[in-house]
Amino acid sequence: MPSMVGPPPDVPPKEPPYTAILPAKPFHSRLHSPSSRKTIYDRNLNRTQTTPTSLPSFAYLFNTLITYHHSKSGSVSEIETRLNRAGYPIGIKLLDLLLYRQARAAVRPTRIIDLLQFVHTTLWRALFGRAADALEQGVSNKNEYMIFDNEPVVNTYLSVPKEMSQLNCAAFVAGILEGVCDAAGFGMEGVTAHWASASGGTGGAEGEGNKEEEMWPGKTIFLLRFGEVAMRREEAFKAGGG
Amino acid sequence: MASSKAARMGEEVWKTRTEKINLEVLTLTYGTLVSQLTHDLRDPATNIPDYAAINTELDRMGHSIGLRLIEDFLAKTSSAGPAPCNNFRETAEMIAKVGFKIFLNVTPRVENWDKEGRSFGLVFEEMPVSEFVELPDDGRAQEELWFLNLFCGVVKGALEMVQMQVKAEWVSDVLRGDDTTEMRVTLIRYIEDEMPPDDE
Repeated sequence: MPSMVGPPPDVPPKEPPYTAILPAKPFHSRLHSPSSRKTIYDRNLNRTQTTPTSLPSFAYLFNTLITYHHSKSGSVSEIETRLNRAGYPIGIKLLDLLLYRQARAAVRPTRIIDLLQFVHTTLWRALFGRAADALEQGVSNKNEYMIFDNEPVVNTYLSVPKEMSQLNCAAFVAGILEGVCDAAGFGMEGVTAHWASASGGTGGAEGEGNKEEEMWPGKTIFLLRFGEVAMRREEAFKAGGG
Repeated sequence: MASSKAARMGEEVWKTRTEKINLEVLTLTYGTLVSQLTHDLRDPATNIPDYAAINTELDRMGHSIGLRLIEDFLAKTSSAGPAPCNNFRETAEMIAKVGFKIFLNVTPRVENWDKEGRSFGLVFEEMPVSEFVELPDDGRAQEELWFLNLFCGVVKGALEMVQMQVKAEWVSDVLRGDDTTEMRVTLIRYIEDEMPPDDE
């Protein structure tokens, strides 16, 4: 019979069954603020809602952003991805700001159509002072929708070199869209920007429908691809008679 | 040029000859650029943003904007009398009341001249690009980062194209907890037109 007495065997101390929560206080600011209290917390969120600034200045800055990302990219699609990522965090924050600013109750869109209308009208007006030009559902894939802009403001004054004619710098705007849709809980597969005409933004279209293309050489299609979860939720809404 | 005349010119060019976009698009785009730099330019050893390098990069980006922006500035103001500035004080008025007005829709005050008239401060009551901005609370950004440093580069680049070599740097910024936002511009020298040796 083994003895019950004697020193206990060397066992490692047991892990406590819980992990202590770190007393994190992320909103306990250590920042200095001016004595005039001109911080972002003291300002009306709507203060600059309709303030104009110079479009050329935006163009200089956007050009700088593109040049920077170009210098870090090996391909056209990489530039577009990087521009998309640059716009994405803007979209995440814009959703709540724009909802807060609208006259009716600040309810997030939960149906795809509501979201698309919000993007097509509210978001476009806030950024570019007008609604987008058209909104369509994709023909082949049910989860694809397209928003058309005949003349994206961000592409004013931009010309893309011929060897990169596929590049559409409105990818930055596509990133903003993707941020807005993701923040609303639609888990996008992706939002991308494409030239409407085959020849890209350089003009010189040929063949069918070229009148339209001549009139709007910079016409851009924003392709919104919804994720599976969003599509299933939409089905559930429909099944529930919504 | 008298100060009030510069103000009128700035107002007129802004109202009639400048295409507009919503300020928030500019502000958010600038924010995303600086934020990208704080991700890309980090000290490899500590993985902390290298704010000195970010300041330099912003300044360099601004400089290349300034080199091109001056053309636009001269084209837009030429019909109002393309007279070159007679002295550095006029240059200061033009930068504040015309340059900043037409490119940012703000008019900083020209203040704090030194005795020789070679150095002045541009004091910004408002800085639209700082809207929605708070610097990271990491104990360093407020000491080291000049969020608006791109604009020093713009001023330097633009003046360089009209034969003035200047130093431009921020001396205070509300974002850093200062009570004012002030850029100090100092004339280093007028760049003489350098003639080729055999040119008669």
